[in-house]
Amino acid sequence: MSFVVTVAFRLMREGRFQTALILAGVTIGVAVVVYITAVVAGLQANIIDKTLSTQAHLVLKPREDENRRLIAPPAGGAVRAEVEKRTQRENTIDDWQQRLDAVRALPGIASGAAIASGPGFATRGGINKSVSLIGVELDDYARIVPLAPKLKAGAIALPTGTVMIGSELARELGLAPGSRLRLLSATGAAQTFTVGAVLDFGLRDLNRRWTLLPLRAAQSLLGYRLEVTELYFRADNLFEADALKARARALTGLDADSWQDNNAQLVVALRSQSASSMMIRVFVTFAVALGIASVLVVSVVQKQREIGILRAMGAPASRIRAIFLLQGALVGGVGSLLGTALGAAMAVGLSRIAITPDGSPLFPVVITPGLFYVTAGVASAVGVLSAFAPAWRAARLDPVEAIRHG
Amino acid sequence: MAEVIRLEGVRKGYGGGEAPWVEVLHGVDLVLHEGEFVSLAGPSGSGKSTLLNIMGLLEPPNDGALTIAGERAEALDDDARTRLRNRYLGFVFQFHHLLPAFSALENVLMPVFAGTGRLPAGAREHALALLERVGLAEHAGKRPVQLSGGQQQRVAIVRALANRPRLVLADEPTGNLDTQTAAEVFALMHDINREQGVTFLVVTHDERLAQDCPRRVNLVDGRIAPSPALVG
Repeated sequence: MSFVVTVAFRLMREGRFQTALILAGVTIGVAVVVYITAVVAGLQANIIDKTLSTQAHLVLKPREDENRRLIAPPAGGAVRAEVEKRTQRENTIDDWQQRLDAVRALPGIASGAAIASGPGFATRGGINKSVSLIGVELDDYARIVPLAPKLKAGAIALPTGTVMIGSELARELGLAPGSRLRLLSATGAAQTFTVGAVLDFGLRDLNRRWTLLPLRAAQSLLGYRLEVTELYFRADNLFEADALKARARALTGLDADSWQDNNAQLVVALRSQSASSMMIRVFVTFAVALGIASVLVVSVVQKQREIGILRAMGAPASRIRAIFLLQGALVGGVGSLLGTALGAAMAVGLSRIAITPDGSPLFPVVITPGLFYVTAGVASAVGVLSAFAPAWRAARLDPVEAIRHG
Repeated sequence: MAEVIRLEGVRKGYGGGEAPWVEVLHGVDLVLHEGEFVSLAGPSGSGKSTLLNIMGLLEPPNDGALTIAGERAEALDDDARTRLRNRYLGFVFQFHHLLPAFSALENVLMPVFAGTGRLPAGAREHALALLERVGLAEHAGKRPVQLSGGQQQRVAIVRALANRPRLVLADEPTGNLDTQTAAEVFALMHDINREQGVTFLVVTHDERLAQDCPRRVNLVDGRIAPSPALVG
């Protein structure tokens, strides 16, 4: 082993108590960072997951109608005219297959589906319930809104003449797989369907209103010919939805909304959560750095005479400096290993304690290998940086003074 | 005989700025040759330690010329002085100044280790042979605190020799030992001087020990006294 490594280790072993103290400090700091990162990441992934389990990342829909001014303002003058907002027709998308394929082909888009939806009623035994009629091509749709985890009863399938309904609607109308259900649209068209599946969409309102039926059936009920009302897309990376929005809009001439547009408050909440967890991490890192620096400064003062002797023996200043920089790196590196283990254990422990009534964790804790690497890297770097001042101080010691007064 | 070290008109002072300037060495001329065993005496405050620090390249002179083994050394930067010190010089301090965290053998290896950054082949054997020479081979693995005062100082002497230096500077090496042990340690330095031809400069207050030295140098008021024999 080289001189620098040997002496660094030996001095740390000699000052066991200090080494233990500083390691404990780094370990706790790193554990807090890992714990917060894992819990926040798990929490956020879970919230996003739940929110997006019934939503597309990107929704294309027809442009809204707008009234135009009929009177052009004369040169140098102005015309005051009230322009009323107009009622939006139930606009539809024609040529949708072409547009769907075009957007699907964009890099970053995982899958797409066409939706024909509109308001309607479900009636059974003289009871009417207001519902959303949602016509889908099941295979396409299921790639965007995973249905299998939502299945309560029946089977995920949409042959002609079947409908899949939410659990609340099933309860209110006393429906089960195999029951018959009559659906009406606002145009007066009506058709009787067989309930194929009862689903739990995770939200009471959706469970009360959503009815999934074959695309063709929905189109004919709602009085469309071959048009659809929306195109749904799933992005490979859901945080790229906003970037894909502009491209999809340019490509199709349709209006586009990303999931961030549709969940603006959630996005703000997630951002501020991320920001505050980042703040905590930064301040903890500072505290750890100051801890390392102060313990090493004390160690340099205590080891003054040894440093002076080593200098007199012919150790160059750079080698003395390296000893203390290495000590910082060691403390940071070893502390980060212990700290990630402790932090991960704490996070897993929390996920064991915080459980839902059915015994599953309230939210999954996300501990990635990347978190280990980043933490170990940052902690070692912080160790070295914190050791800068003590190391320079050690290297600048005058050997004569150091030996005399050390 | 070849010159090991040459000092010409070396001046050194301290202070400046707020503090008044105090000159400690007022132009020292001194030449030591290969294989010499020289004692350096002088009243306290005469500048012995300062002179030793300058000869040991631990601090630079303010004025004058310093040549070590043929290399001019008075104006070198810290790194160059460190290299020269590591190559040509060995130190024995009054208090052994062994590193407490290292064994006797590791302490002996330290000049080689510190100078090159690693341990060259054969260094360990050389260090063990040196410890053997002073009768401490069986104590090689012990920490300094486990050794007696005389043993500690013998380890320190061996450490000064580890790098095969041309000149060993010893600052009151027996000042902290009882008379009997002091005589033994002094005799050991004489023996090594004869066997290995290493030049020794030994600061000592002990007149009996100084009498055994073939050459005696006296420092009085920051100058080498013209006739050491008269002052001694």
